[in-house]
Amino acid sequence: MSKEREQDWKVSVIPCSATPLIFDESLCVGCNTCANICQCDIMIPNPEKGKHPIVAFPGECYYCGACVMVCPRPGAIDLQHPVMNRAKFVPVKEEPKQ
Amino acid sequence: MNEYQWPYANEFGQTEIVESDVVVLGGGLAGCFAAIAAAERGQKVVLVEKGATKRSGSAGTGFDHWESACTNPCSRVTPKEIAEAYVDEQDHYSNGIAHYIECREGYDRLLDLERMGGKIRDTEDEFAGAEFRDEKTKLMFAYDYRNRFTLRVWGSTFKPALYNELKRLGVKIYDRTEATALLTVEENGKKRGAGAVGMNVHTGKLLVFRAKATMLTMSRPARIWLFDPDLTGLCEFRPMQSIGSGHAMGWRAGVEFTMMEKSVRAEFSAAGRSFPPYGAGNNHNTWYAATLVDARGVEIPYLDRDGNVLKTVSERYYPVKDQKFFLKGGVIDEPKYEYRGPETMPFDELMKRGYKLPFYADLSRMPDAERRVIWGMMVGEEGKTKIPILQNYTKRGFDPKKHALQCYGTGWQSASFLDQERQLFGAPGGIMHDWDLKTNIDGIYAAGDQLFASDCCGFACATGYYAGRKAAAYADTVSLPEADMEAVNAERKRLYAPLERTEGISWKELNMAISKAMQNYCGGVKCDPLLEEGLDLLKSYREEIVPQLYCENPHELMRTHEVLDILDVAEMILQACLLRKSGSKQLNFERSDYPEVDPARDRRFITLRREGDTVVEGEVPLDYFGDLETEYEKRNQNYIHAGGKSNE
Repeated sequence: MSKEREQDWKVSVIPCSATPLIFDESLCVGCNTCANICQCDIMIPNPEKGKHPIVAFPGECYYCGACVMVCPRPGAIDLQHPVMNRAKFVPVKEEPKQ
Repeated sequence: MNEYQWPYANEFGQTEIVESDVVVLGGGLAGCFAAIAAAERGQKVVLVEKGATKRSGSAGTGFDHWESACTNPCSRVTPKEIAEAYVDEQDHYSNGIAHYIECREGYDRLLDLERMGGKIRDTEDEFAGAEFRDEKTKLMFAYDYRNRFTLRVWGSTFKPALYNELKRLGVKIYDRTEATALLTVEENGKKRGAGAVGMNVHTGKLLVFRAKATMLTMSRPARIWLFDPDLTGLCEFRPMQSIGSGHAMGWRAGVEFTMMEKSVRAEFSAAGRSFPPYGAGNNHNTWYAATLVDARGVEIPYLDRDGNVLKTVSERYYPVKDQKFFLKGGVIDEPKYEYRGPETMPFDELMKRGYKLPFYADLSRMPDAERRVIWGMMVGEEGKTKIPILQNYTKRGFDPKKHALQCYGTGWQSASFLDQERQLFGAPGGIMHDWDLKTNIDGIYAAGDQLFASDCCGFACATGYYAGRKAAAYADTVSLPEADMEAVNAERKRLYAPLERTEGISWKELNMAISKAMQNYCGGVKCDPLLEEGLDLLKSYREEIVPQLYCENPHELMRTHEVLDILDVAEMILQACLLRKSGSKQLNFERSDYPEVDPARDRRFITLRREGDTVVEGEVPLDYFGDLETEYEKRNQNYIHAGGKSNE
């Protein structure tokens, strides 16, 4: 029988080398506003009501930050770049004397 | 474990027919403005967007520069001057029509955005007294502080404002709906647009959008040469959604394209060597004209176009004596002398003089207003900077008064690529169009990045609105065409096939294969046998791999459809390359079998379109658009008399 007739599409979390989104469970109310705004549609609502969405497709994150911008509970989502993409900064130096 | 039931309704096999006067495919800046223009003129408008319109598109989370706002009250240049300069700068491989529209109407669109609730001026007086600010209008300028035609804007406010305006005007928005095919009908032996087919990417429902006029506003192709199956969302500069489906469906329907042979050595891919955009030290675009220092802390000199060292930060923002204006921004790379502005000393010269790597952007050495406008306003309002850079780096402890941010590579690109790693960047090819931004097919219009030689956000907004009003005028003159249900059923079969298989090959495997093929057969230097081999290989993918594609749910089905579109676009690019039998500097096009560069006979737009399985070649003279001001005014008297407003 073909899959659509079975009416049981499944979605698996497809792991990747990065973790773009970290949720703070103490702040998140599971409203799914972030999941609904994501233009790459990387999240699905959590089957458990009130829990943060599941990042099913972390490798498809475009790191735009729309999810954080729209979150009604500041701090509930943190966007973090892959470690390799964290640009280095250093304390400023004085212009050396000639 | 880690497997869930699909959380959305299953509407697989269901069909909804949606009728409208104008259907807009793509809800980025161009699409939103196209829909608004048509709705303001009383048309029933439907907008189809694969993501969520409120924050989708390349400028979903913002943009900081509005280029070529030549009609703003502080501007000292005319639309004609700047549009013609762009055409000249790109050796006439440029979209004069669209550039002129951008220069002439762009500022009107900014005023629209302000009316809708977007922020376009420094209303809080954060930068009162700054050199780049006009005290009366509170407008803020970038690049050329004398001529004042590029505006610094708060682009993060724009998409939500546009979204609310679409709602207010009664535009029916279909979010999470991918447009997949154009519908056409034959009338009196001539093809005419009849709408489009789409699929809801949550439920699998098929949608048939019947419309009098159809607008293509779906950005430009990506993931042709660059693909990373791990960090797919970071392969390219633009959003993962924007992969050229509009080009692909246009190609399948017989829409005519030009300049598709142009590609550039890649400039950006944060899945590999690049860093987050605007998140590494540099002095371009958002970061112009940041002070750069070397490893010792020695400042890197800025030079004027004649090589004279500029002594102050302020001088970096002015044309030299006897120069009317200079050009900077999106597509301006190494401008001609006439348009060249201040720039840091060339890299090779710095090495010769003993400057030490790595370099850093050091904003602490800039005047307070210049530092704050780069870090805090521009970095913050440019797309993908408010959270990923400004907030994220601040959390990591970055303070622009105390820290210098490292540069990688040279320029904004933050990486160096191989010649075969290519991208459609820097005013690439796209849809050929007339003065109405109409394609070769009646009733099908295009705007934004789907046009050939497209540019930036102002370009997208201005062309979107312009095309929207032309499409509205057309829709007033025609009846609603029938939908070709045979074509709809064929499309349904094509779209659903991968979801009906239980095993096979994934979209990522095919995307990877296409990208590798394009690097091998359509790299930096082209020749006929290589291009033909490339086409042959892609044909084998179509015949052998495509029938094996499979996926688990509608989300993966959407990604699979994207790769089918990438396959079509890759073929179009190979065909376009075959048609140009000489090299071209401006098109970044090099041939080993036709080494001649820009011979007079080939100084033309080569066009191509598909008719069944045949590729039809055409040509259009480089300046086909005529005198920009005259031709524009001939066709837009109503708009001019209404003062740029919607009730013309």
